[in-house]
This record gives sequence, C-alpha cells and structure tokens, in this order.
Amino acid sequence: MRLAGRISLFVAASLLTTGSATAETVVKIGAALSLTGPAAAYGAQQKAGILAAVEEVNKSGALKGVKLEAVIEDDASTKEQGIAVFQRFINKDKVSAIIGPTLSNTATAADPLAQGAGVPVVAVSNTLPKGITDIGDYIWRVSLTEAQVIPSALKAAQAKFGFKRAAVIYGNDDAFTQGGYGVMKSALEAMGTTTVGTQTFAKPDKDYTAQLTSLLAAKPEILVVSALVENASGIVAQARQLGWQGPIFGGNGFNSPKLIANAGPAAEGVYVGTAWNKPSTDAANLAFQKAMADRNHEPDQFCAQAYTGVLAIAEAIKLSGGKGSRDDIKAGFLKVKGLPTPLGTFAFNKDRDGDHGAALQVVKDGKFQIVK
Amino acid sequence: MGQQVINGLFLGSIYALFALGYTLVFGVLDILNLAHAAVFMLATFVAVALVGHGLHILAALPLAVLFAGLVGLVLERVAFRPLRARTDSNISGLISSLAAATIIEAVVLEIWGPNITRFPFGTLPDGPANQLQLFGGTVSRLQLAIIAVAVLLFLVLTWLVKGTRLGREVRAVAESPRAARVLGVDVDRAIAAAFFISSALGGAAGVLYGLAFNSISPDMGRGVELKGLAVIILGGMGSMPGAVLAGFALGLIEVLVVANLGGSWRDAISFAGLFLFLVLRPRGLLGAAVTREA
Repeated sequence: MRLAGRISLFVAASLLTTGSATAETVVKIGAALSLTGPAAAYGAQQKAGILAAVEEVNKSGALKGVKLEAVIEDDASTKEQGIAVFQRFINKDKVSAIIGPTLSNTATAADPLAQGAGVPVVAVSNTLPKGITDIGDYIWRVSLTEAQVIPSALKAAQAKFGFKRAAVIYGNDDAFTQGGYGVMKSALEAMGTTTVGTQTFAKPDKDYTAQLTSLLAAKPEILVVSALVENASGIVAQARQLGWQGPIFGGNGFNSPKLIANAGPAAEGVYVGTAWNKPSTDAANLAFQKAMADRNHEPDQFCAQAYTGVLAIAEAIKLSGGKGSRDDIKAGFLKVKGLPTPLGTFAFNKDRDGDHGAALQVVKDGKFQIVK
Repeated sequence: MGQQVINGLFLGSIYALFALGYTLVFGVLDILNLAHAAVFMLATFVAVALVGHGLHILAALPLAVLFAGLVGLVLERVAFRPLRARTDSNISGLISSLAAATIIEAVVLEIWGPNITRFPFGTLPDGPANQLQLFGGTVSRLQLAIIAVAVLLFLVLTWLVKGTRLGREVRAVAESPRAARVLGVDVDRAIAAAFFISSALGGAAGVLYGLAFNSISPDMGRGVELKGLAVIILGGMGSMPGAVLAGFALGLIEVLVVANLGGSWRDAISFAGLFLFLVLRPRGLLGAAVTREA
C-alpha cells in the first residue's frame, strides 16, 4: 500500500510537471505520519492535508522554478519506527525538511536526529508544551501547544457553565497526555477551581469504569480528560454509561471525528479547545476547504495544521529566494510573518512555536461546532 | 462503593470466562496454550464482521463462538498433536502455540488492518433506557447479560466435564493419558474436544469483551492474556471453579486498587498480591493436592 502511495504520488507529480519545460529544482519534504497504530486517525487526516497542500502550491506557481515533492512514511505511532523513518529521510531520501511525527511522544525521540543532522522539522500536531521546539534551532512547530489552547478554552467553558469542582483523568504513560494534564492542572488552579479527584490510566486500557466511578462519586461539575482519541472515546462512552450527564472537557487528543464515530451519542456535550476555527471565512480557510472538498475529503484540525505546515515550508523557500536546501528553509522560517493559512494569520514566535488564535468547540448533533 | 463492586464483578466475569478455557487445556495437557488470546481476538473480529453483514448479535455470537471452537480444533491438530509424542512436548507446545498466536494476529492485521474498530451502534440496546439502578450503582443490561452468560457458560462447562461421558474421558486423559488409552478412551478425540471447548469459551469471552468495551484491535488479547495467566495461577492450575473464583477476585481487587490508590497502582498491586499469594499458598485457591506421580 505504501509502495502504491509512492507510485501514485510520483504519477501525480509528473502529471503536474508536464507542460512546464523549464528545469525545476525538486524539493523533497519527508512526512513521518502515524498511518497505523493508536494515532492512525490523526495520520490519515495529515496525509490528506499534506498531499493537497503540495499539489496546490505546485499548481499555484508561487515557487518559481521549485517543485515540492512529499515523501510519506508511516511511523506506526511508535518511537522506534519514528526514529527509523527519520533516519531514512535524513540519509537515504535526503529530504530538505521533515513534517511530523504525529505524536509528541515520538517527536521527543526522533527530532534530536534531525537536529543533529541539520534538517529542519515542522511539527504539525505535537502539542506537548516543553520538550519539542526546545530540542534545538532546527525544530519548528505549526501546532499550538496545549499550554496555548487549554487555558483559554477552559476559561471559555467556565464562562458557560460556571463550574467550581473539576475531576481529572489522564494517561500517565504518554508524554503528550501527561503534558496535557500538567497544563490542565495549573489552568484549573489559576481559575480557582477545586480539583475533587485525579485518576490515571494507561494506553492499552479499555476499562475505565473503576476510575470514573471514584471520580464521579466526588460530585464534580466538569470532567476534564487528557487522552488520545481511542482512550478518549472509551472514557467518554463509559462515563455516560455510568450516568454522567455533565460537560466533558478534553485536550487536543479529542480533536478528531473519530471521537464522534467511536463514542456516538455519548460524545454529545464534549468540549475541546481547537487550533482550527472551521467556520472562519478568511480567504485562506475557504481556499483550504475548497481544496479538500475537491478531493472529497472531510478535513479536521489535524488536516488543516498539516496543510499549514506545507504552506510554511513553501513560504520559507520563497523568502529565502527560491532555494530549497535544508539551511535555506531554516533561515526562511525566521522571516515567516503574517502568512495567511487555514488556521488564521500565521507566524512563528521566538520559541519557534506557531502563533495564531484558538477557539472552543463542542460536539452537538454528531458534529464539532464552534462555541461562540 | 456499590458501583465499584458491580464494576469489579463485571470485569471479573470476563477474566473468569477467558481463564476457564485457558485452564481447561492446561488441566488436560499440562501445557499453556498461548494462542488462547489470539482466538479471543479473532472471534471478536469475526463477530464484528457478521454483525457488519447485517446479522443480529444473537446469531453472530453463537456463530463466532462455534468458529472459535473450530479454530481450536485446527490449532490442536496443527500446533499440538504433532509434538505430543516428544519428550519435551510441554516446552515445544508452548512455543508452537506462541507461533500460532503470531500467525493469527498477522492474518487479522492483513484482513482488518491495525486500526481500532467497534461493533456498529445499536448492536445492542444502549442508553439510559437500558440502565438499571442496583445497590446504589448504575448497571447496563449489557453488563448484567455478560455476567449472566459467564455464569451460565461456567455451569454448562461443569456439567459437560462432570456429567457426561465426554467429560469423564477428558478427565481420565488429564489424570493419565496412558491409563485412559488402556481403558479404551480415544485420547486424541478427548484432547480435541478439550481444545474445542476451550477455544469456544475464549471466543465467547472475546465477543463479550468487544461488546462491553467496544475497542477492538488485533492486539486486544495481550492485556487479557497476562491477566488470564494470573487468574489460572491464582485459582490453582487446572482448576475450573478456582479459575472462576480467581477471575472475580482479580476483577474486584483491580477495581478496589484503582478506587482507593489510583490507576497507576492497579497492575503493580494485583501482581504483587499474586506473588505474595503464591508464596503463602503455592497451589492457588482451589489447586489440587500435590499430584500423584505415576
């Protein structure tokens, strides 16, 4: 399947080039995505976003004399495979930049390789606040961190519900879910909310009823969850099964249509902060949605972020004078300012993290909808 | 508290069902069938596929269980019988069952892919209308049904083993294959029957587990496998009432540890408890007295 993907990419790329007779520089972008394993729901969205963005950029002719080419590999949602894919990108495919890996947990292990080899990395879904971009000056990030999204989203939720008692459950065997918990904890403290109970689970778990029963017994007014989508779906479904009808607030792991597909009606009333304001009528957002609709793909936040990652690389190539070496792209990132993207007007901040607005959304009638 | 006891009984009933089949084969052959968890998983995928093709779950469940039993027969014929005459058949059987487990997992990965899947919505009546209030807790009808099915299967199995000719043959083989053969028991048939029943139980546990937690993936058997092993050790290797008792005990212990100490402690405390128990009572809860050696 992977081979077939490569071939079709190649065919698509060659179709696009026919007609332009001038010699073009091909800039390869490696994308290490979780196409299998627990994070596969995110990886599929990212793949669609990257492929669409590469085609759109090439078609637009914004990069004169440069053609982007995406090389997509599966990191299997694990650190080990992520490292192997990075090594391949750096040494064998000789890519100019790497997008990914999907999970923060994998990034903490794989990104140091790229930093060591001087290959710029654009994280499009890593939201762990510490330990990604501080790996070094070649690591950049498009995705807002949990620290940039959760506090404002929780505040918006509190304005709506006026909760004072929160119960928290988080996965303690994953860098992302644990990092998200840290942010939730300090945000809840800063808001003056009492945390009436805290429980943990591990990624392979399927049964959370014991944890949820003891949390719900403490009479919280909101259930706050830091989990990846597969665990999140189980937690939401089982909390409802135990009779919980109040609001559930989730971290970035909840930002997937998979949550609604897995948990069904139980997902109604789940709140989650999002980096992508879907209904925004910015021209760049409308163009993105049209690009995805043309490809019959229903995008989510991960798709929009991956798309933005390619736009950021293209902009960096443009700003460095149309050159696409590893260091040209890194130098170009420094100059990216006011870039119109589906996520809003985009820039990198001084910590190389993405900087743009965030929003709060809720699952209503089986769909994510922005809370106004 | 009432709710936690319900949670524990529910989890325990699945452990017990899984361990029953596990311990049956161990009791008969003195080998661990490590492919048991793979059959558990395979049956769940088969049930999901049947339901996906429009079959009602009440028809899909027995079909998937029957399928699991047939896989057990194949396993016995391919992975165990050829090794039986060998002097080291315990270890080689263990390894060939591990190989069978790996093959089954690979086949499922190839057919259904690595992603997590679930039974379609509405496979079973769900939602608040199907919940009952009992002992200060909320129980869904599904949970009650799972506990009931587990107990029912245990009773059927006990009757099969204690009250039928086939059961007597299986028990005779467990005691001494040679003596059983001398007395005219078809040893191969008795062992095959044990595998069929064992795998069918494993398959039933898988489908119920899949219905209960709705998170079905090719590696779903692994977590349960270790728990199942703990349960049959705790219950006394080869003892069926022991496996049921220990299954419920482990479910309750896990839930109580989570409730009182937190989720991180669950496996550490459960397995430390298992270890301590084995030091104090090496034969397990209902293990047989030291076996007579021929």
